Amino acid sequence: MSVSSVDKDVDNLALTLVSDFDAPIERVWRLWADPRQLERWWGPPNYPATVEFHDLTPGGEVTYFMTSPEGDKYRGWWRITSVDPPLSLEFTDGFANSDGTVNTELSTTTVRVRLSTHNGGTRMELRTSYESRETMEQMLRMGQSEGLQAAVGQMDALLVASSPGTR
Amino acid sequence: MVVESDDTDRLFHALADGTRRDILRRSVRGELSVSQLAAAYPMSFAAVQKHVTVLERAGLVTKERRGKEQLVRTDPDAVRRARTALEQLEATWRGRVDRMSQVLSRTSATVEDTPNERTDR
Repeated sequence: MSVSSVDKDVDNLALTLVSDFDAPIERVWRLWADPRQLERWWGPPNYPATVEFHDLTPGGEVTYFMTSPEGDKYRGWWRITSVDPPLSLEFTDGFANSDGTVNTELSTTTVRVRLSTHNGGTRMELRTSYESRETMEQMLRMGQSEGLQAAVGQMDALLVASSPGTR
Repeated sequence: MVVESDDTDRLFHALADGTRRDILRRSVRGELSVSQLAAAYPMSFAAVQKHVTVLERAGLVTKERRGKEQLVRTDPDAVRRARTALEQLEATWRGRVDRMSQVLSRTSATVEDTPNERTDR
């Protein structure tokens, strides 16, 4: 388990997660910067992600879809706010409609990633937050819809709880 | 006036700021105005008001007007909901970090990353 610490900050609706990897910083950066690498970890095993467009520049976008076991596609996007390879990346993460347009009904979160060399490996500090109370409530409502529930993390929770080696 | 219970303590534990935690505790009954709250802390009215605004923006307290005063009321259900939402985020990202580790350990098992990796999904 490489997660070293988790901090939940209810008043800022934010989560900070610190992880340590036994790999050089450039290698960890590639998990984010290479779309084929990103596909291997973004979606849960039952909801693999396919990255269609990937432009890690300020103002740039990443678009992807996750495919459910039934073959349904859930589209999502990132809007990049800042990037400094291989040290930091900030973006807004949201959902899209089936035609690729931004879905304003579903929740968006902001994500800030910081990488640093630590104990011969790489430390990743990830802070993610709901933009507002409203987007947080959207997330909770979405959690009640069965298909998306799995896509946004309940599946992960089950996998994390049940077995050390998924897949 | 201060409501003390393990339950509310646990509920508010995930708050980042000690003053905001305390404001939430004191405001459970919804009987205190911002100025009454401000009197309880060694800081300016404006500073306390700012804390209340943070809590309000997070949906954890509501303000209701009574006469000239704005009374602050904690919404314990909102705190619970915020925790649930953060737990969902945590589950999502823990899963992702685990998969990142797996991807990293797989590539380090093969000598070094090569462009050929692009075809191995």
